[in-house]
Amino acid sequence: MFDFAFALSILPQLAVATVTTLVVTISSFFLALLIGVPLLLLRRSGWHSVSRTTAGIIDFIRCTPILVQLYFLYFAMPEFGIRLSPIATGILVFSVHYGCYMSEVYRAGLESVPRGQWDVCVALSLSRSETYRSVVLPQMIYPIIPAAGNYLVHMFKETPLLASISVVEMMFVSAEIGADRFRYLEPITLCGLLFLLMSIAAAGLIRTAEFLYGRRWRRV
Amino acid sequence: MTSWEPIIVFSSVTKRFGARTVLKALDLEIPLGQKLAIVGPSGSGKSTLLRILMTLESVEAGSVRVGSQYLWRGDRERTVEADVATTANVRRRIGMVFQQFNLFPHMTALQNVSAAPIKVLRKSKEEAYAHARDLLTRVGMSDKVDAYPAFLSGGQQQRVGIARALAMNPEILLLDEVTSALDPELVGEVLSVIRMLAAKGDLTILMVTHQMGFAREFADRVCFIDGGEIVEDAPPAQFFDAPIQRRTRDFLRAVISA
Repeated sequence: MFDFAFALSILPQLAVATVTTLVVTISSFFLALLIGVPLLLLRRSGWHSVSRTTAGIIDFIRCTPILVQLYFLYFAMPEFGIRLSPIATGILVFSVHYGCYMSEVYRAGLESVPRGQWDVCVALSLSRSETYRSVVLPQMIYPIIPAAGNYLVHMFKETPLLASISVVEMMFVSAEIGADRFRYLEPITLCGLLFLLMSIAAAGLIRTAEFLYGRRWRRV
Repeated sequence: MTSWEPIIVFSSVTKRFGARTVLKALDLEIPLGQKLAIVGPSGSGKSTLLRILMTLESVEAGSVRVGSQYLWRGDRERTVEADVATTANVRRRIGMVFQQFNLFPHMTALQNVSAAPIKVLRKSKEEAYAHARDLLTRVGMSDKVDAYPAFLSGGQQQRVGIARALAMNPEILLLDEVTSALDPELVGEVLSVIRMLAAKGDLTILMVTHQMGFAREFADRVCFIDGGEIVEDAPPAQFFDAPIQRRTRDFLRAVISA
């Protein structure tokens, strides 16, 4: 049965691994937020070839499994002389993969701003950049928050894939403890619980951010 | 006050949306200070006329000018668009109020009205706010300066929309079906604001409207547009009491009996 004393004894090890999971998740998420911007701009470029190529690359990255991308970068690239640490590989793959998703989220946010808002900016002589800065961006952010938040939680839950390229994150440590001590129940249960708790916390934070951002000008 | 020097001139303007011709070689001259009401069935091209003047739509042929500045210059067959600087200059002279208000939802009434003066005219916040407060008072919104649009009624939002258009001190004001999206009981408060504007003699106003009673009282000229051309063009009394064209009579009978 579930051994609480054993569970308690492995908690410190798991806590250290949690830090790794969080570092990878949070840094990949912020990088993904950044990477999404140029991808969106390239995607909307006036040059047809640029926008088509970007769309192709985005589709390619979104339509191949993260696990395959991790393996490719970590195990196949060294053959071409490119060698990255496990964590660096993980952050690179996650940030680019989710950066592609973010560019689509930005696109949806941009399209959610009604055409009338653009019209009135022309009528008021606002410049293109001022229109984006003062009118379009503030209205885009609101619908982006929950969508981006979903991807944050989603990405967080996918980090156990990094165990496969020997990043010492929560899943890796849990499996290792299980193999060493021949007890999987406690480490895997704890690992799942930690993911659950942090996912719930993140979802709460996202809802709070959404509320705080729109609280003054949105009617609930 | 109406002097007969035209401030707005459309000549042979043709506008197409795909295969559909919305304006057919349309000619229209509007003198400085005129209050012009434009009426007609939906899809007749009357809103397009305003949107062209605001450079929200382009034209396929003909000329459009404001004062001596051409937005498009051409003939019945072709046209050339003005350069960016000229277009920007003309835009500054024109204000527009929209059917759907189009207030900035993330800004208060005061911020909505002062945004363009601050960002475009580079006015100081104090100066822009003072002017915005003044304008909001004139449209009867002095107690709602800090309210966000979502918390205002349609009529209140549209009055803010009018104040916002006036904040740039336009010579020409375009009113595009400004009461069409309002509940009937809110139409009056917006019309009374427009009545007040009409008293300003030097402001040229083009108003696309379905409010025939108001058009008659407010305008000093009424144009009936149908099928992309001006069918009837007359002073209000003549337009409503003794229209010459049969299509105008049919239209008036339809809207007044409705």
